[in-house]
Amino acid sequence: MDWNLVSESFWPITLGGLRGTLPLALMSFAIGLVIALGVALLRLSPNRLLSGIARAFVSVVRGTPLLVQLFVVFYGLPSVGIVVDPWPSAVIAFSLNVGGYAAEVIRAAILSVPKGQWEAGYTVGMSNARTLRRIVLPQAARVSVPPLSNTFISLVKDTSLASLILVTELFREAQQIAAFSSEFMLLYLEAALVYWVFCTVLATGQDLLEKRLERYVAH
Amino acid sequence: MSRTEPAADRAQDASPLLEARGLRKSFGAHEVLRGVDLTVRRGEVVALIGPSGSGKTTVLRSLNGLETPDAGTLELTGGPSLDFAEPVPKARRFALRDRSAMVFQHHNLFPHMTVLQNVIEGPTQVRRVPRAAAVVRAEALLARVGLADKRDAYPHQLSGGQQQRVGIVRALALSPDLLLFDEPTSALDPELVGEVLTVMKELADEGWTMVVVTHELAFARAVADEVLFLDGGVVVERGTPARLFTQPAEERTRRFLHRLLHPLD
Repeated sequence: MDWNLVSESFWPITLGGLRGTLPLALMSFAIGLVIALGVALLRLSPNRLLSGIARAFVSVVRGTPLLVQLFVVFYGLPSVGIVVDPWPSAVIAFSLNVGGYAAEVIRAAILSVPKGQWEAGYTVGMSNARTLRRIVLPQAARVSVPPLSNTFISLVKDTSLASLILVTELFREAQQIAAFSSEFMLLYLEAALVYWVFCTVLATGQDLLEKRLERYVAH
Repeated sequence: MSRTEPAADRAQDASPLLEARGLRKSFGAHEVLRGVDLTVRRGEVVALIGPSGSGKTTVLRSLNGLETPDAGTLELTGGPSLDFAEPVPKARRFALRDRSAMVFQHHNLFPHMTVLQNVIEGPTQVRRVPRAAAVVRAEALLARVGLADKRDAYPHQLSGGQQQRVGIVRALALSPDLLLFDEPTSALDPELVGEVLTVMKELADEGWTMVVVTHELAFARAVADEVLFLDGGVVVERGTPARLFTQPAEERTRRFLHRLLHPLD
């Protein structure tokens, strides 16, 4: 094994993770959650047009490959005159993707809050919106943490696809060094190791968060 | 038995607080209420009894705007006054909640909030009471039901009886004119029923106006001014507990009371 190459490549790859992968995942996840909450609420709306639109969005996101979604935004949009840079393209595609998947998680979490909680909110005089915000969403959030953490960890790994639209992140760093040195096995295993460390740290964070939210357990 | 009747004295000559006439309600093809009348005077305790499916809970929930009757009228002295023959705007139905407060069978406390937060949620969020004032009042109410030391506990850390007493305090904190109880002790372990009924009796003695859906006949008998027996969506019989429990006029009432008092016969 070429230890020299390992020590020379380790830092650029890790830096690619810290400067590329993580910010890309965090930004996309944050925007994706906002989209997801909106889509989940539309989906739960009694208005059939609104819930139909939300249902269609979720269906498209879940029924098409993420790589295709990414290519549509980056390579497809320019042909209708919309040119988006690599980084924003990736954020758009990933956040829409998270929006679709997390919407179902949030919808299920909202539905898991007992009807009596809504009624208790109404009966102390709250409107629908206030009951949702003050009573239901905090409880739904607790239920959502494990599945949403999984979504986030998947997203961290999926951001490697952004290397295909020229975003400088962890995997693209590894690819470039691999192409240059021809040490493919070494570099890709290195990339795998760094992803694994990132995801393990995140999974530990997920455990801590779940423990902290224990007090939200109902009844 | 030398039970005095302070309750009856209390209710006499009192002006009506609530008048419900001809309440009807169907869930799908099932007609739950088939014309229910109900009058509640200030300071009076009205108990609704009857078998499950008799419509008693639906009547109670209608008084708090949790159900919308299909027909009938509902009038509170000082408003709102609702006629369900026409569509009632949500805002007017919600106005019922400015006047009445509900205690649920399964307490429905907010599990992510402390006892204190549960109690001040309505006053601070809806009634715009300043937080400090709401806290002072909440602490006084909690002390009254013997839960002053639980203000910072979460609901799941309390016993069933304590949870239900917090549920009562949450309702009291809204300063309602009318307290509604939906089988408040049905979900409790038997040994915890007493502490909740004791609080309710104290409230009655203090002059709170209450409508109570209950299976606790002893409670109804000791505390209620009027008992309504519902079956099949109608009021089969109404009267003072002394009369209704000892000399029911209707066969259905008699059978129901017999089943509750002698379940093994």
